[in-house]
Amino acid sequence: MDRLNARAGDIAVWLLLLTAPFWLPRVGSYVELGTHVVIIALAAMALNVLLGYTGVLSFGHAAYFGLGAYGTALTIKYIYPSTPLALLAGIAIGTIAAAAIGPLIARLRGVYFAMCTIAFGQVFYYIAFQWSSVTGGDDGLTAWHRMPIDLGFAELDILNDNKAFYYAALAVFAACTAAMAFLLRSPFGRTLLAIRENERRARFLGIPVDRHIWMSWVISCFFVSVAGGLFALLNDFVDPRALRWDQSGEFVIMAVLGGMRSFWGPLIGAAVFVVLQDYLSSATENWMSFIGLVFVLVVLFFPRGVLGLIRRRLAS
Amino acid sequence: MTQLVLFNIFNGLIIGAFYALMALGLSLILNLSGVINFAHGGFLAIGGYLAFTLMPYVGFWGALLVSPFLVALIGIAVERVLIRRLYGRDPLYGLLLTFGLAFIIEDGTRFIWGAQSLPYQIPAWLNSPLSSEFFFLTGYRVFMVVLVAVAVLVLFLILNRTRLGLRIRAGTLDLETVSVLGVNVRVLRNLNFGLGIYLAGLAGVLAVGMLGLHPNIGDNLIMPSFIAIIVGGLGSLPGTLLGGLLIGVASGVTSVFFPSASEAVIYVMMAAVLIVRPRGLLGEEGRF
Repeated sequence: MDRLNARAGDIAVWLLLLTAPFWLPRVGSYVELGTHVVIIALAAMALNVLLGYTGVLSFGHAAYFGLGAYGTALTIKYIYPSTPLALLAGIAIGTIAAAAIGPLIARLRGVYFAMCTIAFGQVFYYIAFQWSSVTGGDDGLTAWHRMPIDLGFAELDILNDNKAFYYAALAVFAACTAAMAFLLRSPFGRTLLAIRENERRARFLGIPVDRHIWMSWVISCFFVSVAGGLFALLNDFVDPRALRWDQSGEFVIMAVLGGMRSFWGPLIGAAVFVVLQDYLSSATENWMSFIGLVFVLVVLFFPRGVLGLIRRRLAS
Repeated sequence: MTQLVLFNIFNGLIIGAFYALMALGLSLILNLSGVINFAHGGFLAIGGYLAFTLMPYVGFWGALLVSPFLVALIGIAVERVLIRRLYGRDPLYGLLLTFGLAFIIEDGTRFIWGAQSLPYQIPAWLNSPLSSEFFFLTGYRVFMVVLVAVAVLVLFLILNRTRLGLRIRAGTLDLETVSVLGVNVRVLRNLNFGLGIYLAGLAGVLAVGMLGLHPNIGDNLIMPSFIAIIVGGLGSLPGTLLGGLLIGVASGVTSVFFPSASEAVIYVMMAAVLIVRPRGLLGEEGRF
């Protein structure tokens, strides 16, 4: 029954995502918002590999999201105007930075891990902020745009055709979520779950816990930098706010809001959060207060998230 | 050159004193409640703004005295309504809730006092240089360092010489036993939170005298405060003090030789500490 439910859930998610560009305009929305949701959801799901499946609290994922974004944007602007190449460069930069910082924090746990990830995340914010001759500083990196993708037999015009870009982003999203699902179902993924449930027991079983946490961290940051690269392409723009700690906190709240114990939870959280943010920022000047209120209310009344709640309902 | 170096060391000391004051409050709350208070920078801003509003009525000194107390009262109320519900839960929720609170406070101060920076008047005699040779030694800077020193001294006296302080220190080590011995832990954590927020408020009043008022004034101070705690060692208040002063002076000295690296150096210090001594300089082994 449970397995059947999960299969039905998967099908529903993909059906909704595949048809989104057609029904979004009909419900008074726009295609770019759908693209935005898909990209941010990828980041939140990537974070959840660490947060929900390894049980390690990272509050600094925006750094690798932002590095992916800056890497992509800088490559297109200064090095070579090719979208896939730029995306690969962005992913490489974000992942290498994460791999380098990983050993410093993989030994730490709980609050301490969270504090160090926040603090290290800020390094890249300051670099992007202050190195304005290259990054454009506070004003962000402008005067570049994504390039149509040459498929050999045809050209995918992601620049002018917003549906084409949506499907390109969705294809990357699909590849990434498939890879994540595969990893989490593999023995490696089960080992992460074991660490989450009982670290001491995992250690006694001979599992090199610190190394697994480092690996989970790098994998998670890899997918987050993919999302970051796509995010830069979506906006044709990056600014240091993509790297800031508020962005990290937003990823965490999305995972919690949707349900961090389930695979699709962060997608739901991201959809709710992005749509809400989009609505609030156009409806009121004090949208920050409302976003803050969302954080407080989720923690107080909704700690298991949407999917956690549904699952409980079904169980009882 | 010596003057430049001296100036920057002194400047670093002032900044370090700020970091330490913030970080001590954060540390107090973290040690006893297990909550990283992301909204600490917000409380700092409230301290500054309240002082600004009060000053026409009670003067500079009155504002300095009253404002941190009011902020502490707000802190105590917030603990009662919100923070208390987080105890014993995954630290994730504490981070998220105070994160939301930081948003609300920043937006609230912007709503009440406006988004523009406001000037904060300090008495003219405090603002003049003490000597013509060391022009940077304005009275206000010296005054700030002295005041922070006094505040830290009083804090450590409270912790080491009073019953409340004894209980806070004991609770840091083993809250359950303290509770079994008949101490009302709810009240203890409440007061301790208030004490931590008082320090944030005090830092706020002092900071606006130098930096002026701005809704996100706390933003630039909170990250170094985290690093002060990490460098000094989680769970150790003297460590936090040391960490704050160290990173302040280090960034001051660096700004003489590599001005653009003055931010980066504190992160390098943090990385070095994490490699060599992951528990921090004065941290206990195995606590975190």
